[in-house]
Amino acid sequence: MQTLEPLIAEHPFMKGLRPEQIAMITGCASNARFEAGTYLFREGQEADQFYILRKGRIAIEAFSPAQGPVTIQTIDDGDILGWSWLVPPYRWRFDALATELTRVIALDGRCLRTKCETDHELGYELLKRFADVMAERLDATRMQLLDLFAEKPVRGGRR
Amino acid sequence: MTLAAGANDPILPRPYRVHRVQKETSDTFTLELRPEAGQASFPFAAGQFNMLYVLGVGEVPISISGDPGLPQSLVHTTRSVGAVTKGMGRLQRGDAIGVRGPFGTPWPIEAAAGNDVVFVAGGIGLAPLRPALYQVMARREAYGRVVLLYGARTPEDILFRRQLKEWRADFDLEVHVTVDRATRDWRGNVGVVTHLIPRVPFDPYHTVAMVCGPEVMMRYTVMELERRGVQLEDVHVSLERNMKCGVGFCGHCQMGPKFVCKDGPVFPFEKVRDLLNVREV
Repeated sequence: MQTLEPLIAEHPFMKGLRPEQIAMITGCASNARFEAGTYLFREGQEADQFYILRKGRIAIEAFSPAQGPVTIQTIDDGDILGWSWLVPPYRWRFDALATELTRVIALDGRCLRTKCETDHELGYELLKRFADVMAERLDATRMQLLDLFAEKPVRGGRR
Repeated sequence: MTLAAGANDPILPRPYRVHRVQKETSDTFTLELRPEAGQASFPFAAGQFNMLYVLGVGEVPISISGDPGLPQSLVHTTRSVGAVTKGMGRLQRGDAIGVRGPFGTPWPIEAAAGNDVVFVAGGIGLAPLRPALYQVMARREAYGRVVLLYGARTPEDILFRRQLKEWRADFDLEVHVTVDRATRDWRGNVGVVTHLIPRVPFDPYHTVAMVCGPEVMMRYTVMELERRGVQLEDVHVSLERNMKCGVGFCGHCQMGPKFVCKDGPVFPFEKVRDLLNVREV
């Protein structure tokens, strides 16, 4: 049976990790698929995994009674989904809905946390990578909060 | 009120008539203008702007959003935000309007030949980029990959929707659209336009990027392009300042040593990067 190790090793998120670290991560990995319209997780549920999207699209949603589900961001091929498994209380902050048939590599967060506690070098390497993901999401959120496209152009602007 | 034909005087508006009004979104519209009978049209380059004078209301700078290959019609797309653009939005076919221009520097269309071209537009910033898209599409074989990354506020705010579909289908233009917020009906991307940059295929070492949108968006876009490996001298941005005379006399649009109306609005990013970080120039 083909192992997930080469797929994980090739992913840009894992670039620079040593083969033995890749092997440790692979030990916590499994293949999964989600049909369009199914949820990978819902807000408040235990966050015990993260995902490498191989193919498909996932909408990160927030639900408000007034507006219903609102899509905050979509995640596509090659993206990383989920960092709540890394931060107490290990609960998802949002919903994640597969909007089309989506194939992922699912990584078991509890399994990885245990390995990171015993192998701090691996833990540090993963944290650095997730810090990047979180910084990108934070930047994006700040830009969305600015609501730039609703702004009036500069007085006398051309657009 | 009548307008003199100011063919050679950049301060004197030329008389034009509204030929067509096209509503684009809830607050944006496109005006197609033609010269008064007997008056000549003038050529323009992609990226330039005109000063449009709504009679009895005032004058504003608006980028040309039409095809430079069809200069007999002047096409401008804008949002109704102030007194003049709201007045402009009320114009109908046959109404008079004054035009001064064209002003400003163009997008580097010729210099980009032989390279991949990445257009990054935010909101109404797609309008000033559309003439460059027309020109690149007209000589599609002269360019490598051509990619348009476009961020809009909501799906309802997407400009030139039908044309983007046609270009994507007929001219090998790779179009990626993202919106800041959406409900379930929207099947496309949600998120900021910079998120798309690492995800689209182009050769960063042979890419010319043309970027137009709110300044914050452009700064983040340039950072992401640089992170991807695009050389900053190959990144061009279109700036927006308070332009009044259009010819560098009045100083309203002065930005440090530069006049946006005359030295811009299209600048190589390298030439303005330091100025963009100054809050009050």
